[in-house]
Amino acid sequence: MLRYTLLRILGAIPTLLLVIAIAFMMVHAAPGGPFDDDRALPPAIEENIKRYYHLDEPLPKQFLRYLSGLVRGDLGPSYVHVDYTVNELIADAFPRSLKIGALAMALALLAGLGAGTLAALRHDSWLDRVVMAISMTGISIPVFVFAPILVLLFAVKLNWLPAGWTSSSGVSRYLLPVVTLALPQIAYIARLTRASMIDVLQRDFIRTARAQGLGTMNVVWLHALKPAMLPVLSYMGPAIAAILTGSIVVEQIFGIGGLGHFFVNGALNRDYTVVLGIVVFYAALIVFLNLVVDILYGAIDPRVRYR
Amino acid sequence: MKELRLILFAVLLAFAAVACSCSSDRSEDEGSVLHRGIGTEPESLDPQKARTTQAGDVLRDIGEGLVGYSATGELVPAAAEEWTVSDDGRTYTFSLRPEARWSNGDPVVAGDFVFAWRRLVDPKTGAFYAQFLADVANAEQIIEGEEPPHALGVEAVDDRTLVMRLERPAPYILSLLTYPSTFPVHPGSVAQHGDSFARAGNLLSNGAYVLEQWTPGSALSIRRNEHYWNNGETAIDTVKYHVIVQNTAEVNRYRAGELHITSNVPPDMFQQLKQQYPDELRIAPTLGVYFYGFNLSKPPFKDNPGLRQALSMAIDRDMLAEKIVGRGELAAYSWVPPYVQNYEPPVFSFATLTQEQRNTIARRLFAEAGYGPDNPLRFELRYNTNDTNRRIAVAIQSMWREVLDVETTLVNEEFQVLIANVRAAEITQVFRSSWIGDYDDANTFLSILQSGASSNSPGYASDKFDSLMKQAAEQPDLERRRWFLEEAEREMLADHPVIPLYFWVSKHLVSQEVSGWGDNVLDYHYSQHLSLSATR
Repeated sequence: MLRYTLLRILGAIPTLLLVIAIAFMMVHAAPGGPFDDDRALPPAIEENIKRYYHLDEPLPKQFLRYLSGLVRGDLGPSYVHVDYTVNELIADAFPRSLKIGALAMALALLAGLGAGTLAALRHDSWLDRVVMAISMTGISIPVFVFAPILVLLFAVKLNWLPAGWTSSSGVSRYLLPVVTLALPQIAYIARLTRASMIDVLQRDFIRTARAQGLGTMNVVWLHALKPAMLPVLSYMGPAIAAILTGSIVVEQIFGIGGLGHFFVNGALNRDYTVVLGIVVFYAALIVFLNLVVDILYGAIDPRVRYR
Repeated sequence: MKELRLILFAVLLAFAAVACSCSSDRSEDEGSVLHRGIGTEPESLDPQKARTTQAGDVLRDIGEGLVGYSATGELVPAAAEEWTVSDDGRTYTFSLRPEARWSNGDPVVAGDFVFAWRRLVDPKTGAFYAQFLADVANAEQIIEGEEPPHALGVEAVDDRTLVMRLERPAPYILSLLTYPSTFPVHPGSVAQHGDSFARAGNLLSNGAYVLEQWTPGSALSIRRNEHYWNNGETAIDTVKYHVIVQNTAEVNRYRAGELHITSNVPPDMFQQLKQQYPDELRIAPTLGVYFYGFNLSKPPFKDNPGLRQALSMAIDRDMLAEKIVGRGELAAYSWVPPYVQNYEPPVFSFATLTQEQRNTIARRLFAEAGYGPDNPLRFELRYNTNDTNRRIAVAIQSMWREVLDVETTLVNEEFQVLIANVRAAEITQVFRSSWIGDYDDANTFLSILQSGASSNSPGYASDKFDSLMKQAAEQPDLERRRWFLEEAEREMLADHPVIPLYFWVSKHLVSQEVSGWGDNVLDYHYSQHLSLSATR
C-alpha cells in the first residue's frame, strides 16, 4: 500500500511540472508586462523595478528561480498587489471561492434532482412543462445576464438581500452569488434527472415494486433514484468545471475577492505570479484530489493495487 | 468505477469547504460609516510603491504630505504649517506642525520625510513614481544609480525644519508634495515589518485615518486616527472602501443603498442615471485629455504635418463630445485643459472656424500632401477594446471617410497589447491614448512631449519645443514661465503630433446624505472633509 501511494505521488510530479512550464511560457508570451501603463516609466526607473522583481533576468533563469521558490512552497510576490505574496492572496481567497462553489454545487444537486424527479412523476402534465420551461431558460441565460437581474430584483427593488458581498457580514450575502452560480446547473441536472427518471420508472423492477404495494415516495426513494442518478453523477465533472468558470463572473459582479477575481485581474494586468500561482494551485489541487481518490480506491479494492 | 470516483471527488470538496470556515470580514458598524466604491483595488498602501489613483485615494485619507488640498482643490498647509521659498525659487524651508503625530502617538518629524524621500528615489526600492522628486537636487543621479540616496537635496535641520533644494525652480513642486509618493513613512515601522509594513495592524499613518482592515479583492476599512493633529475636524468615524471592478455592479449597489459614493458612472447608464438621480450625479472637469497619436517615426505621418493637420481638422470634435461621448466632456482644441491654474492654453488655429470651413481647409491640405482619388490614403487606427473607444473610433472613421475619403481600418487590442505596440512604434500608425495630469499645472501635460520623454507615445521631437520647455523650467518668475509654456504649446500644436479630442470629466454618484463634497479638477475627495447627515 505504501509503495503504491509513493508511486502515485511520484507519478504526479511530471504532470505538475508540465503544467507549470506551459503556464509559465504562456503568461510570459502575452504582450505587455505588469508595469506597462498609459504613463511609461523613465527607463532608469523601469530597470530598477525589473531588477527588484528579477524580471531583468533571462526567462530560463526566471523559470528556475520560480521552480526553486515553488519547491519551498513560495509562489512569489504579486506584482499588482504589492503588499501581499501570492501565497497570502490564495490562502485568503480560496476558502471564500470554495465555500460559494460547494454551496452552489449542493444546491444544484438538491434542487435539480428534486425538480427533475417531480417533472418525471408528473410526466406530460402542466407541472412537467413548467419545470422544463424554467430549466430551459436557466440553461440559455448566461450568468452575467442573470446576476444583474437578480440584483435588480432582490437588492435594488425589494431590498431584501445585499447587492454586494462586502455590504453585509451575514449569511444573506451568500444567497445571490450561490443561487446565480447554481441556477444553470439546477437546470441541467433537472433535465438529466427527468429524462433518466422517466426511463427508469418504466422498467420492470419498478413495476414489480409497485405491484408489491409500495407507495410512489418509497418507489422513488428506495428503487428509482439510485439508477436515475447515474447520468447526473457522470455530469458532476463538467458541473464542477462550470461552477469554477462561472465563479469568475459571479465574483466580479458581487465583488467577492475570490480566486476567480484574482485570476481575471491578474491575467488582464499581467500579474505573472498571481496567474501562475492560481494555475499551479488548481493543478495541484486536482492532481491531489485524484491521488486521494486513487489511493482510496486502492484501499477499498485490492485489485487496483496490483494492476 | 467512474461514478465512485466522482462521488469521492465531490465528498472531498464538500469536506474541505466545511473544514475551512472563514470568519466574517466585517466588524460591526460603530459610529458613522461612509461606504465608498473604489473600483479596482489599490495595489499598495506603501506610499512609495503605490501608483494608481485608487491607492492615492486611500493614501490621502490615511496619510498626509507637507501640503494638502481643501475640499474644493486649493493648496493648503498639511503636515507643514508654513514654508518659505528663496528668491531664486530653488530652496524651500518647511516648518512642520509640532502637534503632528503618527497613529501610535509618535511625533511626525522632518527626518521621517527625509527617510521616505530617500526611499522613493533609492533604486533598491523599485518605486514607480521616483520621478516625482526629479526636480530635487541629485534625484535623477540617485535614480540612475550614480549617487547614493543620502545625496538627495533634502535635509532635516531639526525635528521641525525641513529644507529642500531643487535643481531648477519648479513652481508646481508644492502640488507634487500633496502626492502620496512624497508622504512620510515611519522609519521604525519599516525596519520592523519590512515588505509587509503596509498591512492592517502594521501600518502607521499620519493622516486623518488609519488602516483597520484589508481583505484583498474585497474591501478596505479605515478608522479615525485619534492622534491626528486635526482630529477634531474629522466627522466620519469609519470609511469602508469597497472593491467593485464592474461599473454596473457598483451603480446597482448604490441604488440598493449600500454605497454613499461611487468611483465612476458607466457610460451606457449615464442618461438613465441623469434622469433618475439629477441631484446626486456629480460631473466635473478633470485633468485628463483623450487623444489620438500619430506614429511619427514611420510614413505616412513622419515629416508630414500637413497631412496630420488635415486629419485633425476633419474631426467634428463638438459633435464627438456632445453626441458620441455625451457626459459633459469638453471638446479639445488644445493639449492642456483650459482650466489648469495659471495658464491660458493656446488653441488650434482652426478653433474659431465652423466645421464646414475646417473641412474645406482639410481637403486642401490633404491634396497638398499628395493624397486624393489617384493616391488614396489607407491606415490602421488602433484602440484598446472598450465600448466608448469603439464608438469614437467608428465615428471618426466615418468623418475621415466623408471629408477626405480616407480608408481607415479599425484594430482593437487588449490594453496591454496596445501599449506594447505603441511603445515599439513598429506597426502602429494612429493610436488611441489618454493622459491624466499628475498635478494642476501645464507642465504635467507638456513635459511628456519633450523629445526622449518616456511617455512621449507619438515620438514627437522638436528642438524649438524642447528649448522653450527648458527655458520655462529655468524661470523662477511665474508670469515669464507661463509665457514660455504657452509658447511651447503653440509650437507643438502647429506640428500636430497628436489629435486632442476631448477633456475628461469626473463622474460620481454622491448620496444626498453626504455633505462637504467639492468638485475639483484633480478629482480628490478626502474623507476627512465629508460628513454624513444620517446613517443608512
